[in-house]
Amino acid sequence: MHMADALVSPAVGATFWAISGGTIIYSSRKLKEEGDEKKIPLMGVLGAFVFAAQMINFTIPGTGSSGHLGGGMILAVLLGPYAGFLTLASVLVIQALFFGDGGLLALGCNMFNMGVWTCFVAYPLIYRRMVKTDSSPGRITVVSVISVLVALQLGPFSVVVQTLLSGISELPFKSFVLLMQPIHLAIGLVEGLVTAGFIVFVGKARPEILESAAASKPLAKISIQKVLVGLAVATLLTGGVVSWFASARPDGLEWAIEKIYGKSELLETTEGIIPVLGAAQEKTAILPDYGFKAEEPVSADSTGTGEGGEEEAWPSVSSGTTVAGIVGATMTLGLAVVVGLVLKRRGRGAPGA
Amino acid sequence: MASFDSALLDLGRLDSLAYGDTIIHRLDPRAKLLVTLVFIVAVVSFPKYAFTSLVPFFLFPILMASLANLPLRFLLRKLVVVSPFALFIGIFNPLLDREVLVQLGPLTITGGWVSFGSVMIRFVLTVGAALILITTTSFPGICNALDRLRVPRVFVVQLMFLYRFVFVLTEEALRIVRARSIRSLGEKGLSLKLFVQIMGVLFLRTVDRAERVYWAMCNRGFDGEIRTLRRLRFTGGDAAFVLASVLLVAVLRFNNVSEFFGNLALGIFKLS
Repeated sequence: MHMADALVSPAVGATFWAISGGTIIYSSRKLKEEGDEKKIPLMGVLGAFVFAAQMINFTIPGTGSSGHLGGGMILAVLLGPYAGFLTLASVLVIQALFFGDGGLLALGCNMFNMGVWTCFVAYPLIYRRMVKTDSSPGRITVVSVISVLVALQLGPFSVVVQTLLSGISELPFKSFVLLMQPIHLAIGLVEGLVTAGFIVFVGKARPEILESAAASKPLAKISIQKVLVGLAVATLLTGGVVSWFASARPDGLEWAIEKIYGKSELLETTEGIIPVLGAAQEKTAILPDYGFKAEEPVSADSTGTGEGGEEEAWPSVSSGTTVAGIVGATMTLGLAVVVGLVLKRRGRGAPGA
Repeated sequence: MASFDSALLDLGRLDSLAYGDTIIHRLDPRAKLLVTLVFIVAVVSFPKYAFTSLVPFFLFPILMASLANLPLRFLLRKLVVVSPFALFIGIFNPLLDREVLVQLGPLTITGGWVSFGSVMIRFVLTVGAALILITTTSFPGICNALDRLRVPRVFVVQLMFLYRFVFVLTEEALRIVRARSIRSLGEKGLSLKLFVQIMGVLFLRTVDRAERVYWAMCNRGFDGEIRTLRRLRFTGGDAAFVLASVLLVAVLRFNNVSEFFGNLALGIFKLS
């Protein structure tokens, strides 16, 4: 699930670019320090491999719908956290540029959602701890599924948080979480099984590849590990409980929306956002205090006046300015198209001009 | 299958478009990268209910695409393919936000529809800008620009490798998938088990190839850096392009051009 530019605010985009960019710099430095530069061609090729494998659709058992690989955990297992993160980030760069998946501003968010959780939380704290080179296929399968599930619960949860912080979407926290987490529980299960099958396959065919990956020491001394484990487990539990809750109520989303309508939608939204903001700030002290929250008190106050009042772009909603706006927008758009057509014709008339 | 073929074809087409020779193609990759980022940030920085003020921004991609002689229909199709996520999240806005924002005669427009429209315009503009960047700038050019902009070299070199191999490996994958589908008549989908095996085979071929390539490169003196003969030169023309674009974006960002033209038109209409 790629976060899109259209749903991101500049502050959120920039913050996550800073985090992901920092991680890229840190990982590159780490790779250089460990003298792992001969890994570079392998990283590129494996990135291309994941990219190619993503294009193959398979049938998801029991549903008949088709899915495709994510591949983050596979990269982490084959390359270790630093090289794995860099490679996954590159795959995302190519996807953003060539497929328009996400977009350039949201790229930082996407690297964080898919790369950081997978390579720096789920892989080192769960997978590496529980799988050794001589682990049985059964154990590899169970651990792979668990670690991919954790990564694929934390990732979508970050999508929810980023969307809410950006404030472009109206989706309230609860319904959005209800929408995202259960779907990704299913996606994570499939991805985990594919990952496990793949690792077992490689372990049989080329055990030395997994051994060399396991030899590098990921995140040697980190004291906040326990905190992160706690966080992962908590999120997993939340995801699990929420999904169970959703399956008990098949119309969970509708029910949530209606409940919100019964009360005040604005109040409910702020009720949802503030705890999230708090949680986000506890998690990462890097998030600035201002910027995101600036809007919150306003929207809480303006329950009665409605949302039109909180935006500066529409200071007074008189239909006069609106008509002018619409007429003008149509005109500028028409003008742009005409200019484009003229330029294009001219370009065709004089090739190479 | 069909989707695999067409995805690969599209990828190839995007790549070959980047090797065109127009004013836009000849610009320095750094200039284009910078302008694209400025454009995206400007578009995204509008408040939630901005709609008409966003429309004039179409001027920029249309100008770029026509000057670069890009096939618009192809780009639009690419846009449609990736629209579901924005559409899926955005469509909740009209359902949840029913505050009436505009009353145009009999037509009532709620805030939700306005913000939904805004999301979709943002989507087209931002993704369109990225597509225009990649169809006017070769990928090695972009990597070169990233390198000059001090992105860690390890990352850039590895990105170049990745790109070189994307085409080779997707073709390899296509061959395997095609071979399998020819041999399994009447079986439509690819089961999970089979998919894992196909992936495994692809992986083994990949690793062997990577090893061969690596040793071949070492023999030719590879030391973790890719050197190119072509040096990037940031010319006066590039500077002018950046300046003009940033100016245009700034004017569009801080003035509601739509409203200005609309008022003008309505004024003339009233006079006559």
